Amino acid sequence: MAATELDSDSTLERILAEHAGMEGPLLPILHAVQDAVGHISAAHVARIARALNLSRAEVHGVVSFYHYFRQHEPGRHVVHVCRAEACQAMRGEQTELHARRELGVDYGGTSADGLFTLEAAYCLGNCAAAPTVMIDEKLYGRVTPERLAAILAEWRNR
Amino acid sequence: MTVRIYISRDAAAQALGADETTAALQLAAAAKGASVTVTRVGSRGMVWLEPLVEVEDAGGQRIAYGPVTADDVPELVRAGLFDAAPHPLRLGRVEELPWFAKQERLTFARVGVIDPVSVDDYVAHGGYAGLQRALRMTGAEIVHEVLESGLRGRGGAAFPTGIKWRTVLEQQSPQKYVVCNADEGDSGTFSDRMLMEGDPLCLVEGMTIAGIAVGATKGYIYLRCEYPHAGHALREAIGAARARGYLGPDVCGSGKAFDLEVRMGAGAYICGEETALLESLEGKRAEVRYRPPLPAIKGLFGQPTIINNVISLGSVPVILERGAAHYRDFGMGRSRGTLPIQLAGNLKRGGLVEKAFGVTLRELLYDFGGGSASGRPIRAVQVGGPLGAYLPESQFDTPLDYEAFTAIGALVGHGGIVAFDDTVDMARMARYAMEFCAVESCGKCTPCRIGSTRGVEVIDRILQGIEQQGNLTQLEDLCETMQHGSLCGLGGMTPFPVMSAIRHFPGDFSRDR
Repeated sequence: MAATELDSDSTLERILAEHAGMEGPLLPILHAVQDAVGHISAAHVARIARALNLSRAEVHGVVSFYHYFRQHEPGRHVVHVCRAEACQAMRGEQTELHARRELGVDYGGTSADGLFTLEAAYCLGNCAAAPTVMIDEKLYGRVTPERLAAILAEWRNR
Repeated sequence: MTVRIYISRDAAAQALGADETTAALQLAAAAKGASVTVTRVGSRGMVWLEPLVEVEDAGGQRIAYGPVTADDVPELVRAGLFDAAPHPLRLGRVEELPWFAKQERLTFARVGVIDPVSVDDYVAHGGYAGLQRALRMTGAEIVHEVLESGLRGRGGAAFPTGIKWRTVLEQQSPQKYVVCNADEGDSGTFSDRMLMEGDPLCLVEGMTIAGIAVGATKGYIYLRCEYPHAGHALREAIGAARARGYLGPDVCGSGKAFDLEVRMGAGAYICGEETALLESLEGKRAEVRYRPPLPAIKGLFGQPTIINNVISLGSVPVILERGAAHYRDFGMGRSRGTLPIQLAGNLKRGGLVEKAFGVTLRELLYDFGGGSASGRPIRAVQVGGPLGAYLPESQFDTPLDYEAFTAIGALVGHGGIVAFDDTVDMARMARYAMEFCAVESCGKCTPCRIGSTRGVEVIDRILQGIEQQGNLTQLEDLCETMQHGSLCGLGGMTPFPVMSAIRHFPGDFSRDR
């Protein structure tokens, strides 16, 4: 625990230094922190607020406004399932249902084995090959429930 | 002799296995001892044929095969793929396929043809000719050219692009900005993404021309974080343009400065609304601003700002290259030029079609789209994203034209078309529209923040068969309040899908489930 805290601290200081002097630096900083350590903790918020001369409430307000930013550590992989109209038109609700059942969680939750965090997406821009699922940065098209089961099995074995 | 092969790196092609196909091809070539170079290009837009493989034949023509999965590769190579030999998957030249030949490709002319991040390839295909011409003109002349082309905002609002530019040009300010709205959040739309992945330099050039025209030295591309592939392509393209002097303190030796930065969004649909996007770029919660002042007068960090959609800015290079009249000659009525239309949802042949305004929905759904993917009748179509109206079959002959769509209470929006077959339950789609609004509302105004949640509750009662008539009346009242009382298009237009569903598919709101 102590080691990761330290790593996280030095990582945060490096990120803050890299963004010094940037116009409107808050979102880029939050992205960099989440990319590096997976989430944005209350301690991160406090340190970022001090560096940017903002209140903690202001930074927290931004973190909590955007769906993408998370305040808790996610599973090893993040599974985005599209819920939008084009995917619904291709029975995407069945794929959604399968994802929730197989991972045993609702949106925002992490599977018991800690492997997958399930998130809802509202359009991944792959609407001509719906339904669409994205795992980390890997996109999948025409994802039926059967295909999702196979894809998740493949990621489990990575 | 080296065989040249082209495979898409577009996210949609990757989602259907283009990376695996590429790897299998390289493996097969190595096993055969064949010398093969694979260039990853954008997508030709025929998503139903992805992964599409194009092989250059002895005559230098690109011969297409598709869809080619990794499993198809060994047999295809045995059959003579590297010699462009016949095979059931062989399609011939893409330009000769009816689906492609019937299009008018102006903005997407290079997509799928060139290496997206090669400046040399871009220039060899007409790239930067527009900027070179712009550099010989005054700012007012450039703005006049854009005005004369009739280009209207392709993000959905259809406001004349030239008027935004003229307003920014008229402002006196030491710092002005060009911002690209690349927060393409509408379901059923992906043309921004395809242009950014397939021809990112086209957007870079369009923004550079905008900057030169109005005297802005800094540009931002606000990209939604759901599009990591587009982010990679844009950063690579910007780096390549900068290295060649097309961006930086002295653009093409003109003495004028312009540079660009990509900023990632964070999963908030509201950022597609331009003032919310500006708030987000400034590092704040993306709450919609009151207008006036207009962003053209007080935009990013309070400075005069051009804010345009990807396709609007991406259409500027061809307008400057070939002149306003060339662009304006396409289209109908007050909708000039072309629109990259996205065919999505339950269609057999989904993808991107660039056509002049005036093409009818029916042509798009059946001639291009090939009817439903499921083989069942198409019952409803949503045009223009989650805030667009649902249209029944009786309206399929409407031409794609901003005014014609307004006249039937619908919108063209960003040109996304989502088709549904006859299994769709329109009351559920209406509920989803309200649910989406509740999830994505920025919370600043009450009709949107509270109205959307109440809307879900009222539709739930209708779905449960509770006092359907009374609840329908209440839903219509609520929609009227949201439409007229909301601060921006999210709350103001969510009633479009809801009311159109009630109007055109009343049976779905009165039956028992």
